[in-house]
Order: sequence, then structure tokens, then C-alpha cells
Amino acid sequence: MNNVYYGKLIFELTKEGRKGYSLPKNEIENYGIEALPAALTRGEAPALPEVDELTVVRHYTNMSNNNFGVDTGFYALGSCTMKYNPKINEEIAAHPFFSGLHPLQDVSTVQGALEVYYKLQQSLAELAGMKEFTLNPYAGAHGELTGLMIMRSYHMSRGDEKRTKVIVPDSAHGTNPASAAVCGLDVVVVKSRPDGTVDVDDLRPLLDDTIAGMMMTNPNTLGIFEHSIAEIAKLVHDCGGLMYYDGANLNPMLGKVRPGDIGFDIMHINLHKTFSTPHGGGGPGSGPVGVREGLEQFLPAPRVLRHEIDDDTYHYSVEACDESLGSISGFLGNFAVMMRAYTYILTLGRENVKIVGPLATLNANYVKERLKDVFELPIGGVCKHEFVFDGLKDKSTGVTTLDVAKRLLDYGFHAPTIYFPLLFHEALMIEPTENESKETLDAFIDVMHKIAQEAKDDPELVKTAPHCTPVRRLDDTQAALKPIVTYKELLEA
Amino acid sequence: MNYKFFPHTDEDIRTMLDACGERTLDDLYKDVPEQLVLKRDYELPEAMSEVEIRHYFDELGSYNVPLACFVGAGCYDHYSPSVVSSIIQRSEFLTSYTPYQAEISQGTLQYIFEYQSMMAALTGMEVSNASMYDGCTATAEAMMMAVANAKKRNKVLVSATVNPAVRRVVDTYAKFHGVEIVTIAEEGGVTSRADFEQKIAAGDVAGVIVAAPNYYGILEDYTGWADLCHDNKALFIMNCVASALGVIKTPAEWGADVAVGDGQSFGIPMNFGGPYVGFLCTSKKLIRKMPGRIVGATIDADGKRTFVLTLQAREQHIRREKATSNICSNESLMALYVTIYMSLMGKQGLREVNELGYAGAHYLADKLVETGQFRMAYPDKPFLNEFVLETDLDIDQLQAWCLDDGMQAGLKLAGNRLLLCVTEMRSKVEIDALVESVNDFINSQK
Repeated sequence: MNNVYYGKLIFELTKEGRKGYSLPKNEIENYGIEALPAALTRGEAPALPEVDELTVVRHYTNMSNNNFGVDTGFYALGSCTMKYNPKINEEIAAHPFFSGLHPLQDVSTVQGALEVYYKLQQSLAELAGMKEFTLNPYAGAHGELTGLMIMRSYHMSRGDEKRTKVIVPDSAHGTNPASAAVCGLDVVVVKSRPDGTVDVDDLRPLLDDTIAGMMMTNPNTLGIFEHSIAEIAKLVHDCGGLMYYDGANLNPMLGKVRPGDIGFDIMHINLHKTFSTPHGGGGPGSGPVGVREGLEQFLPAPRVLRHEIDDDTYHYSVEACDESLGSISGFLGNFAVMMRAYTYILTLGRENVKIVGPLATLNANYVKERLKDVFELPIGGVCKHEFVFDGLKDKSTGVTTLDVAKRLLDYGFHAPTIYFPLLFHEALMIEPTENESKETLDAFIDVMHKIAQEAKDDPELVKTAPHCTPVRRLDDTQAALKPIVTYKELLEA
Repeated sequence: MNYKFFPHTDEDIRTMLDACGERTLDDLYKDVPEQLVLKRDYELPEAMSEVEIRHYFDELGSYNVPLACFVGAGCYDHYSPSVVSSIIQRSEFLTSYTPYQAEISQGTLQYIFEYQSMMAALTGMEVSNASMYDGCTATAEAMMMAVANAKKRNKVLVSATVNPAVRRVVDTYAKFHGVEIVTIAEEGGVTSRADFEQKIAAGDVAGVIVAAPNYYGILEDYTGWADLCHDNKALFIMNCVASALGVIKTPAEWGADVAVGDGQSFGIPMNFGGPYVGFLCTSKKLIRKMPGRIVGATIDADGKRTFVLTLQAREQHIRREKATSNICSNESLMALYVTIYMSLMGKQGLREVNELGYAGAHYLADKLVETGQFRMAYPDKPFLNEFVLETDLDIDQLQAWCLDDGMQAGLKLAGNRLLLCVTEMRSKVEIDALVESVNDFINSQK
């Protein structure tokens, strides 16, 4: 990223008569599209750009220079697990013998692709302590929704229709309650204790025969391991509910703890977090959902099943099973994302995957310990992959968490997650992944100390940051009051 | 512990543990109850080098067979300009996060603004969101939008001519969201007008979902449908094939309230089912009921024109269970894909793509009917580049025969019918080869 802003729109580069494509000549005569009834065709062609190829290439290349990515620099972004996206993943995902497959072509011609699906599914099951995964969900929130559908299908299959509530901690990701609402469930919030973990005494009275289950992430969004998890799972199970694991924070568990071993029945994994697939500026992701034994019949359709004929011979089939909750995707999910995640697992291997969690946890604790002199650490003790500060220790300067975040951009670091979780007013959430070197972390720590000092010496400098980015602080109030969301509206404004 | 993705030396780890006041990496997990800790290695293969990884996937790939594809049905084999795959691999786009930090995300924000502008131009609608997962979930989101808009109504009508893959996803979302889905019957390959009129007249319908082109490739006539929907306070929702919108009457021209569909037909590799990109466009009036992210134009502190995520008060990270949808990650990079595609192709390119598909499909249909073994299932209905044939031949055997010749001969539908598709990717030579293969099969049956 440089700090020279390229702000043109493609529509401003257009000139009538230019073109940026070449197509094969039409070798088939006498079949003109003009034969379509005029009443069924569009009145005028869409107002799309008319530009030559080099103009398009320069335009998007210059735009990319306004962007920050993992390949540009360090993301201190809590709950997002911005780890390195290995290049070999990209190479394998583009393999022409996979990328050219139509999802409906004959099953005998896609056995290699189905093996990738099946083996990734089984690898995730082993890593998470689950029986089987579906890889069909497209993203983490889609996985949550799918998992809650499984939860409801389980209760409905038992004729237990009155279980319409799901318990969600007040520290949960916003997608948890939103997914519950889409799934037709009512949300019941359980409070956190002062140490950030679920308050078991607050949970107990909420448990009755209307509870479908409970959603939790562990470690939670404060990076704290829920040490009462076994007790919580027992309480929920005893009242007939199921435990759902939000896998957004799975990274520190690798090598140490499997959700399936600590009482969870259903879970999702964000392949774009824990399994190194790129975030792509907000997708495509992939949100596989795993279930313990006894729930696999409810997984969404279609499922990929393996049939062993003898020791060396097997084949895969794509099936819609009777008790399935139904389909949640057009086909088998974001297959090219699965190719990347499977490549990552094979690249790490069993000897390396098990130290991902401990190394990520070491990095988080190191940054936390080195910064707690100037930032307010509301909850001490060892954290897992991430931790939360409640703003600067010295609140007298008037410098807020937002200001600190924006000033970090000036120093070439991506801001932490801010104002989440909602438990603290000035929350600033930091997650350095296992891929970051001590030198990178030390540089970040130095900058954070420098900003704390600037807040004392020259608070205005921090409050008006950023100063060195391609653009300055944006007026988002005006954007929301009078939304301008297309080029046409921009011309009219 | 030395490994290419882990930069720490043993010395680094010691120093860092010291700073934390801990002695070993295991000590960092002292808060985890001992009985919950995994005490064995994972049952996974050992690490592979890049050389081994490449061999492994080459070997697995040999169990796949790339085919000349004459099937569409929701996924289309279209030309993808070399520029697109090259640009979307730029790591500034590929490895970036959701553009919450607008000052260092103008690249992403600006292409989403361009995407929204192009999708609005393509559908004729006023606004577009920043993308959905795929065309199926986009349609399900539109269904929920209709129900939220109607407040006390929970019935949505879906035409029987909507792609069954879309219908399955809509049904699933409806079942759990408490929406009643009622089918509008099909009549001769199109949605029954009489059945629609009767069902909408009940006055309890929140939305109506139809397709353009429909599952059989047919362009239906929806004259007056939007008015009937609006008279009965229902939203008119159209599921469209993105590429076809280059030539077919737009959802806006039909009077639709919401246009949804999949953008895959804009050259996105078929990739065995994903990632693709769902689109959802609507009117300005309904923008605050729209699911997903939206980018708006604004200015920065220096007065420069800039772009930012806006109307976030609809979204899950602000509104939690009261949000318009649970969607968070969408398909941003694939939105960039179709934005670059549309920039290169422009209106003329989109038209040519449709001309080529139209010519190829109509030519193939005539050639297959000429064999005497096929009849057009809906002979009087206009189609674009997909069509349905009826036959007395054994379709499974026919497809197996063509498979041996390296071709996927359409998709078998109920009633011994065959759904075929031709895009600009199928040359006349390939189409003739399919006809020849079919003729060989017919002769083998004699």
C-alpha cells in the first residue's frame, strides 16, 4: 500500500466504442438472437463501461494499491485470525483438473474432487473430535445457521416441538443471535462473570424444556478459556439441549483441545480463519459444520459418502439423505476454498498442526504482557489466541480506542478489532497469529507505546489520525444519512 | 520446531515465555482443566513438501475427467478473460479483510461500489448489496425480506419453473424461518397465470418468486404480474441468470421489487460448485430492509471523494438478533471477479456472449430434433441458450455413451427429458461432435 490515493471509477475511464474482450467468431448462421420477441428483451443495453484491456488492468492495479492485506503487513485483528495465506494453496486451487468441473457432471468423472471433499471433511472431524462434517456452508454465519438447523431437526425428530430458545452469552459474536433469529429461534442472553467467562449461576435458571441448546465460543471473545465448560455442557445436556461451538476461535485449540471432547455436539469452522484460506476482502469463506455421532443424518443435502468395495477399491457418491434438514447451498459449497484448506492441512501435517495453537497463544500473551503497562487490561492471567484491552490506561487525554486504531494505520499496521466485545466501553481486541515473528510483534509493541506517549504529548495528533493513509478519516454519518450507492446516484448528487 | 510458517527460533520462544512469566508452551494452557486436554497426536498424514503436494493433487486430479459441458442448470461454462484471474490474485485484494477500516481499504470499497453500480445497471434496479453467497441463498434472503416487509404475512409463492436447486434452499430457509411456501403450477413450460391469479387473490401473500430465464431456459411473459403483486401488497421477486440479463427484459422493466440470482455466469470458473456470487438488487425504498453489506460514497476529512460501508445499523454486528440477516462474510472477491468481467465485456460483449449461446443452442436443438429421436418439450416457447428435449431413448445410456466421447450430454430431468445448454465455449465442431455421438448411439440401438 502506498499513500497516494487513486480514486477514479471505471465509469470515468469509459469511451464509447472501446472494447476489452475478444470472443470466437460466430460460425453458426441463421440463428440470430433478434428472433426473440421484443417484448421479452431489454429496451436498452446496460450502462456498463467501455474500456480497453490495459485501462482495466491499470485501473484495478492502482485500486489495489489503496488496500492493505496480510501480504502487506500485520493485522492485529481480534477474532479474525488473519494468518498467512500460503501461495501453494492458490496454485492447487486453480488446478485445471478441478477448477473446470461442472457440479452436475457425471459422478464417475468427479471422483478426485469428491475425495478432496471427503478427506477434508474427515481431517476436520479428527481435528475437532466430531463424527462428520458437511462442507456445504459458505461462511461462518452460514455454518452457524446450518448448525442451528441441525439442532432444531434433532429436537423435531424426537417430537420435541417446544424447544424454541437458544442461549447465547453476552460476549458472543453478533452472528450468533442473528443466525438464531433467521433459524426461527428466540435468543436468551446469559451474563458473563467479572472474569469474562459464562456465569453458571446466571445460566442455571434459564434451563428448562424450551431450550434447544446453547451457543458458545471457547476460548470466548475475550480470549479466555471457559474453564467451567464441562459443567455448562452437563447442565445444558441434562435439560435436553445441545451444545453448539462457534469455531471462530478454534485456532488456539489446535494441538490442545478438541471441541468434541469437551461437550460440544455441533460446531462450525471458519476455513478462512483457522485453515489459512484468504479472506478476500470479505469472502469467499467456507463454514464447515461438524456433528457428533448420532446427528450426522441431519446434515444438509447433499452429503458425500464413501463406499468401500474391498481394501483397495472404493468410490464416492453424492446423496440426499431422508432425515437431512434440506439443502442450504446450490451444490457442494465453496469447493475451491476447500482445495486451499486441504492443501494447508497436508502441508502442515500432524507434526506441525499441533503447535499452531500454542504458538498463536504465545504470541498473544507476549503482546499482552508487554503492553499492559500503558493499556488497561481488565482481565489478567493467561489468555489464549487473543485478548482485550479497555482502551488506554490514562483516560485523561481524551484519546479513544478509535483514535488509537486510526493512528496505528499511520504506522503501517492494521487496526485491532474495536468496540467488541460489548463488555467494555473502549474494547480493543488483539489477535496476532502464529505466523508473526518476534520482530514484527516487537515493532507493533513499540508503536503502541509510542501512540500511548503521543496521546499524552500531542493528543490532537492521535485524535485526527490517520495522516499518512491514502485517504483521511471518512464522514460515515453523511454516508448513512443520504446513501449514495451507485455511480448513477453519484452523478445525480 | 523450525518450520516455514513458524518464524520463532528456540531462543525467541524462551525470551517470549520469559516475558510472560511462563516456563513452557504447555504452561500457557494451565487454565484448561487437565482432563479436557488432548493427549495424543492427530491421526493425520505427516507434513508434505510442495513437490509432494503437487504430485498428490496431480494424482487425485487424474480421477476427474474434464468434459465438453452441455449442461447448465444453474452453473454455466463461460469464457473467463485472462485479466480477471490475474487481477483477483493480487494479494492486496486477495489477503485483505472486510473493509471496516476504510482508510486502508479503498481498493475493496471502490470495487464494491462499482459492482453495485453495474449490478444496478444490469438489472435496472436502483440499488444492489455488496454480494450474497450464491443465487440460491440470495433468493432465500429475498423471501425473508418479503416476509419482513409484509409484517403479518408469512406465505410466499414460488413458481414451479424456478430452478429446483434454488427451490430446495428456499424451502429449507422457509421451514426454519416459519414461512409457508406455496407452488404456482407450471403449464407448458411456463408459470400458470391462472394459478398465480387465484393464489395471489387470497390477499395473504408476502412475496412471489419467478425466474428469468426459467429452469427450462424459457423466457416467460410476466406482463401485469408486478401490478397484481402490488395490488395485493406482495413483493415481486425475480431470480435471474446474470449473463442473460445482457439481453433479456430486466426485472425493473417487469416491475420487480427484488432481483436476485447468481453471478457465476459472468465467467466465474465452475469450480465444482463454488465459490460463486449471489446478487440481490432492490429499490431505494426497500434499501433499509436489504440484507448484507452496502458501500456508499462519502468524503474524507480533506474533502476527497471516498467510499465506506454504510447503513450498517441493519447488520448483525450492530443489531444482533434484530438484524435483517445473519450474513457477515459474503463473496467479496467474486464480486470483484464479475466487476472486472463486466468492465472488460461491456454491453457489447454481453450481447455477443448471448448471441453465440443463442445460435449454438438453437442449432443443437434443430440438429437433435432432425435425428427423429427427440422432440422439443415446449415447441412454441422462446428460449435463450438452454432447452428441454423429450425422447424415447434411454437417457442414462445415451449420456454414458457421450461421456465416453468426452462430453456431458445435458442433465436428465423427470419424464425422460433432457435439459441441454450451449454457451460461447462450445464451438461448432464440439456441437457437431455431440450430434455425431448421439447419432452413433441411436444407430447402436437399431
